[in-house]
Amino acid sequence: MDQKIEYLLRQGDNALILSQQLSKLCGKGPALEEDMALTNVALDLLGQTRMWLTYAGELEGRGRTEDQLAFLRDAHDMRCCLIVEQPNGNYADTMVRQFYFDTWHYFLMQGLAKSVDARIAEIAEKSIKEITYHLRRSGDLIVRLGDGTPDSHAKTQAAVNELWMYSGEMFLYDAIDDAMVEQGVAPAADGLRAAFIEHVSEIFAEATLTMPDPAAWMQRGGKTGRHSEHLGYILAEMQFLQRSYPGAEW
Amino acid sequence: MSTQPASTEQVWAWLGEVSDPEIPVISVVDLGIVRAVAWEETTCVVTITPTYSGCPAMTVIADSVRDALHSHGVPEVRLVNQLSPAWTTDWMSDTGKAALKGYGIAPPAQQAMDISGLRLGVKRVAAPKLVVICPNCGSSHTELTSQFGSTPCKALYKCLDCREPFDYFKCH
Repeated sequence: MDQKIEYLLRQGDNALILSQQLSKLCGKGPALEEDMALTNVALDLLGQTRMWLTYAGELEGRGRTEDQLAFLRDAHDMRCCLIVEQPNGNYADTMVRQFYFDTWHYFLMQGLAKSVDARIAEIAEKSIKEITYHLRRSGDLIVRLGDGTPDSHAKTQAAVNELWMYSGEMFLYDAIDDAMVEQGVAPAADGLRAAFIEHVSEIFAEATLTMPDPAAWMQRGGKTGRHSEHLGYILAEMQFLQRSYPGAEW
Repeated sequence: MSTQPASTEQVWAWLGEVSDPEIPVISVVDLGIVRAVAWEETTCVVTITPTYSGCPAMTVIADSVRDALHSHGVPEVRLVNQLSPAWTTDWMSDTGKAALKGYGIAPPAQQAMDISGLRLGVKRVAAPKLVVICPNCGSSHTELTSQFGSTPCKALYKCLDCREPFDYFKCH
């Protein structure tokens, strides 16, 4: 059961931290429409976070709510992949991070929708419609940025190369992921990764971007609590209110 | 107060008067959020499905449903949040769609999105080519401005004839 709680925390934390990152762009997006879109994606991800963390808290049985799990865990207790804590950077950085994440998220949810755990299947079924929309949007934007001006192309290619080493962790399964596959809770990594590579390479081809080497060395550690320095700053901002005013509610 | 509970039809009718907090012309019933009404002795059990995971209106909707039933003399109300089957714009009633249009929001232009689309080899172009009718002038000569509008459930369009921007309640 502990492994399943960990697995749920990973799902919740990925959505939570990416949501927090996108929320930071509220009022600072490159165009009003993009500003609204990014914050709407953040809102979807926050809603998904709540479903994952609530379930994790229930299974844990220690009375921890979604809020306590989100706002009272330190960096080493967070289970998100390193990619979601990478900085917003320029707009290409934000969108490439989003595109890698959305592609993985989309195929993962298709697998989780078939989970033997009914609650997980329900959450995935609910989330997949939103994620489909996210993926269409980020794919569209990658094509527009890549096949755009020389400047947008160069920035997008740089982001593609820079963030690539963070794309692999989502498919690097450890004992927890393997146990979930074995129990029929989660889909196997191989199919997910193949689907990811196929979709990303098709979009990059259309975007006139060069696909990085799929066999390149990949960063890892986030899923087990070994994070980049960025996460501490993200949590400091995100958790400030609850840490300073314990029990505060809206 | 009578201990005889009201009929479920009566409860549906009461819920038909509870409006969406963000789009007050449409009721929670017309939106397809209310899935079932049942009695467990004196407790009225209302099953609702959330529209979008992060929709901030859902809490308000739940409170409004509770308040409406209390005001009609139902002492105990229990809300069941049902995720599956996931809510879809296909459940929106024709009355609801007409009300949206009258309010200046273009209703969903087709059946809910086919989530298998991206896997069928058509990939990016799988995003459906929609004809969205301008709710102001009725023109089909419209263009997508942004995939997200003022809320996650809406996209932003503009009419190329009357030049007005408008919200489109997207298929979901």
